[in-house]
Amino acid sequence: MSGREAILNKVRAAIGTAPEDAARAKIVKKRLANPPVGVIPARGQLPEEERVALFCLMAAKVSATVERVRKPGDVPKTVAAYLRSRNLPASVRMGADERLETMPWKALKSLEVKHGPATADDEVGVSHAIAGVAETGTVVLHSGGANPTTVNFLPEHHIVVVDAKEIAGDLESVFARLRQTFGKGKMPRTVNLITGPSRSGDIEQKLLLGAHGPRALHLIVVDGG
Amino acid sequence: MQITSPAFKENARRALSDAQLQKALGHVRSGFIDKRQYAVEALPEFDALRDSARAIKDHTLAHLDLYLEAYEEKVKKAGGYVHWAETAADARNVILEICRAAGARTVTKGKSMITEEIGLNEFLEKEGVRPVETDLGEYIIQLRGEHPSHIIAPAVHLTRDQVEADFRRAHDHLPVARDLSEPESLLGEARRVLRYQYFQADVGITGANFLVAETGSSIIVTNEGNGDLTQILPRVHVVVASIEKIVPTLEDVSQILRLLARSATGQDMSVYTTLSTGPRRPGDPDGPDEYHVVLVDNGRSSMLGTEFQDMLRCIRCGACMNHCPVYHAVGGHAYGWVYPGPMGAVLTPSLVGVDKAGHLPNASTFCGRCEAVCPMRIPLPKMMRHWREREFSRGLNPATQRYGLRAWAMFARRPKLYRLASSFGIPLLSFFKGRKGSFRYLPLAGGWTRHREMPAPEGRTFMQQWRDRDAQKQEARA
Repeated sequence: MSGREAILNKVRAAIGTAPEDAARAKIVKKRLANPPVGVIPARGQLPEEERVALFCLMAAKVSATVERVRKPGDVPKTVAAYLRSRNLPASVRMGADERLETMPWKALKSLEVKHGPATADDEVGVSHAIAGVAETGTVVLHSGGANPTTVNFLPEHHIVVVDAKEIAGDLESVFARLRQTFGKGKMPRTVNLITGPSRSGDIEQKLLLGAHGPRALHLIVVDGG
Repeated sequence: MQITSPAFKENARRALSDAQLQKALGHVRSGFIDKRQYAVEALPEFDALRDSARAIKDHTLAHLDLYLEAYEEKVKKAGGYVHWAETAADARNVILEICRAAGARTVTKGKSMITEEIGLNEFLEKEGVRPVETDLGEYIIQLRGEHPSHIIAPAVHLTRDQVEADFRRAHDHLPVARDLSEPESLLGEARRVLRYQYFQADVGITGANFLVAETGSSIIVTNEGNGDLTQILPRVHVVVASIEKIVPTLEDVSQILRLLARSATGQDMSVYTTLSTGPRRPGDPDGPDEYHVVLVDNGRSSMLGTEFQDMLRCIRCGACMNHCPVYHAVGGHAYGWVYPGPMGAVLTPSLVGVDKAGHLPNASTFCGRCEAVCPMRIPLPKMMRHWREREFSRGLNPATQRYGLRAWAMFARRPKLYRLASSFGIPLLSFFKGRKGSFRYLPLAGGWTRHREMPAPEGRTFMQQWRDRDAQKQEARA
């Protein structure tokens, strides 16, 4: 008997059921097809402007830095200003995300934009989130041909662009949107929910920013996105 | 790993007299409790979420076979492999095979308690595959040849000075004169040293906080980002997870996520919550080529349908040990196996046998704080009592204890006899109490008087005083 059958048989024996029990199968099928929504905190259930404000507040609380810009075209110069303010080299790593691609990066002659997955030497990565979660100040990113996951983790600084109108009140709304985009029960290889820059409290419980992931997380919220 | 749970008393005694350890444990007492309290108070729906999460897990466990099958189907559809391991040995062998097939010489590891449980590191090393722990705490204890003393803060038993000494010893290729006086410099050094390892590794092994039946995703929840680098840089990603990690849907995950970080570290949300589904897709610029999930039973199915089933709701947040006076006093290593604190006192006897781990459910004052803070509402004290009952009925505790309990039970079942005996005993003790009103030594109660004095009774039994009180009331009314 394979490990699979042995485990399933033990589980069934413990529950006291047979594999052909149709009623149980129906319950499971129904829940997977129509997931019941549980308790949603009131905190994030706000009109758009307040929701975005809450998102910014919660992100700042977890040590992300947040900036709001009026339109997508403002993003490149905001990125360049961030690099200058942190004394970073004028070079960023990004994928080929179409929302980023349409921004006027080329207008900034001194800024080098490297495309493709991140390497160990990249200091700054730029990504576009598909959504934000106001409840916790979280940004949501996913992998795909134009979105390497390494950009989110290898560089010391991670700059994430998010459209204000994509900021949801709660996590459930974002998952519902992912379902719409990729089809029910399907997911891209990686979905990253990122809440602040990386940290560790492993030495004497002292919280330190910048463990293995980025030391700094800079969020650019685009209002007219 | 070697089980030292049978020597709990000796372990505890050593822990209590270990000054370094006691200094380090001070950080547990001061750190975790306030942070959790603050985060919980800031979310009015917290208790409603606990009820919701309990219902989710109870439902899942009642349909576990079906959700496991549904999950497996989704993983396969996404191009991943599912391996079923009945025992720790099965799991180790499957993982080794995957490593061998990948030609792996180095594997990086994200933090995972299940790989501690199955003794993976020692096994891989013996078989010529080098495991490198990448979580800072896990990395530190790996350098020391130790095991975690806490399920979410594995190196909580160590002080900064000890970590500095370990780094100087292990990183002997770095300049001796470097400054490591601050925790920041230690973290920076670990970051640089491990950065290189991620790129060296052929296989990355992580655990999972959740396995989602709806999508076939495995989820890790971390703060450092090491788990993510572990699973995106090597060619092969192996997820090791026990079967009770299954949850039905993404909505269910959302419910439990709101409890997990708040209960563990007092964060609203951990920094990185990552859902992984299958290997990299055609056209993806990075990510692993292979994705394997090793589903481990190792004793879980034997807990299903018993009085210990509720323990399978555990999400490994560590809140029970953070609030446990016994854990605060002796730390995690005294418990003698992988899982310490109240959750360990229930889980360890289930997984290794009450004959070996019988001391653990006895090492409790039943103060109930563990149950009060458990996000999954697991009745930990009740289950420790169940273990004590089993221990007693199998005759595993010492003879003096058993006869003592029998003698007490004999009186307790006969109220008249009990009252008669106490009406002799109490005045007798009261007579001998001396001027201090307490005893430094009492025959048959040496376990008590060795550590503290026994207060002497006032001279009358409770029942006698109760009768007097009633009589006085009657008089007052009359």
